[in-house]
Amino acid sequence: MSTVIVGAGPAGIRAAQTLLHYGIEPLLLDEGLRGGGQIYRRQPANFKRSAKDVYGFEAGKATAVHQAMDALAEQIDYRPQTLVWNAEPGQLDTLCDGHVQRIGYQRLIVATGATDRILPVPGWTLPGVFSLGGAQIALKFQGCAIGQRVVFAGSGPLLYLIAYQYAKAGAKVVAVLDSAPFSAQVRAAPALLRQPATLAKGLYYRSWLSARGIPVHSGAQVEAIHGQQRVDGLSFNNGQLLDCDAVGFGHALRSETQLADLLGCQFSWSALNRSWLPQRDELGRSSVDGVYMAGDGAGIMGADAAQLAGELAALALLSDSGVAIDPARPKQLLEQLANIQRFRHGLENAFPFPTQWAADTADATLICRCEEVSAGDIRQVVAEGHWEINRVKAHCRVGMGRCQGRLCGAAACELVAHSSGRRIDEIGRLRAQAPIKPLPFGIEVDS
Amino acid sequence: MTLLKRLAEQDRPILPFTLDGQPASGLLGDTLLTAVLTQAEHLRGSDFSAQPRAGFCLMGACQDCWVKLGDGRRVRACATLLEAGLVIEREPGRRP
Repeated sequence: MSTVIVGAGPAGIRAAQTLLHYGIEPLLLDEGLRGGGQIYRRQPANFKRSAKDVYGFEAGKATAVHQAMDALAEQIDYRPQTLVWNAEPGQLDTLCDGHVQRIGYQRLIVATGATDRILPVPGWTLPGVFSLGGAQIALKFQGCAIGQRVVFAGSGPLLYLIAYQYAKAGAKVVAVLDSAPFSAQVRAAPALLRQPATLAKGLYYRSWLSARGIPVHSGAQVEAIHGQQRVDGLSFNNGQLLDCDAVGFGHALRSETQLADLLGCQFSWSALNRSWLPQRDELGRSSVDGVYMAGDGAGIMGADAAQLAGELAALALLSDSGVAIDPARPKQLLEQLANIQRFRHGLENAFPFPTQWAADTADATLICRCEEVSAGDIRQVVAEGHWEINRVKAHCRVGMGRCQGRLCGAAACELVAHSSGRRIDEIGRLRAQAPIKPLPFGIEVDS
Repeated sequence: MTLLKRLAEQDRPILPFTLDGQPASGLLGDTLLTAVLTQAEHLRGSDFSAQPRAGFCLMGACQDCWVKLGDGRRVRACATLLEAGLVIEREPGRRP
């Protein structure tokens, strides 16, 4: 029986460091090939680009996380490429290299991170369309652009960062289409000044793009991505056509909460994140004894906050285990987190969720790319009288496919709420099922 | 035609592999997704319409980059590194 951390991103790594500092060696499980998480995704060992080349302004932070990971790997049981696919009180089911293993735990820190939040448009399943995060991973992790002529669309701070990274790396960026009106960003400026360095970077990316003649459209509404076998264009704002062969798109991020769900954690509605999130106290304790939450997996706050939350969760775990911790430290961390939280509210105002998306989406638009369920299919189920999201799933299979609603869940909930005339927090929460990702046939079971 | 465009790190050892029975090559450190999409346009056909798919999230969430290997294993192309001699088959998906 032991202390286990799931996820080796900024939160999980900091949590592991903190536990180790107090003499507890956690077991660190991570699905990735190399630790570091997604925003600091690490390139393969034989790649030669400098951290500055790959991470720009964040090179120092990324390098610190990677060095911390390397030091941990020497000292603790770190298992990369290990998927936790099921969780029950006191035990986790893992898959690594075709082998299934059941691992017991006394205390658990869940640091499962986030993925892009997707609001589908016609043509989004075409080859050449990738999530914003995916487009960034192609560049950081593989040294590739997603195409020859790339459009970035959607919203959120990642939009400008990725466009900048692509253009700087020599890719042709055709345009940046931000669904948020520029006025929203101006109104949000006071809150964004809570993190002046971060705000300055955002403004820098935007002006850098403009200075190089890359069109940046605010208030842009993507109508369709065109192509038969792959992307060959994109139309927006009443038929304006862009010639492109790739599109990166997404509307900010959503938390990966499946493990927290299987662990039986209570969830509550977060208006800020527009989603259900596992409840946690300010230190990261979930509603389940011995289970702690840290990082973007329990609400989107970004990598800096994830590190702070990872340390806090570890300190809470230590304190609950009877270990004497530095009593001044949690307060310091909470103050830093509060500052980021105010900035986070500013970001939500600067890049507001496009609430008109559900009303504007045509029936033919594919929502669920696994099961190929359209907006019209979902509306039909609602018209038959169903409005609870798990019931809707049972009737039309939206969210039932291989990805378990990671990509379509947010959009499906928007459609159900809109067409049933209910608030987004009134239609229930899409439940997670084990295995939380597909398992191959023919796995071997280790004792 | 290819989907992805290499911008950096092109000076790496070449790894031969087989794609749908044809000889192909990638570079050491490529994922299967990179190796395939730098010489082809898709990874699989969808399960319900056989429409071409080429992955989407590159972080193991979307489950839309599964390919079949010569030994019968199915793997996510975005999370599996290329090895010399690997046999990759793209599955055509199913039509309604």
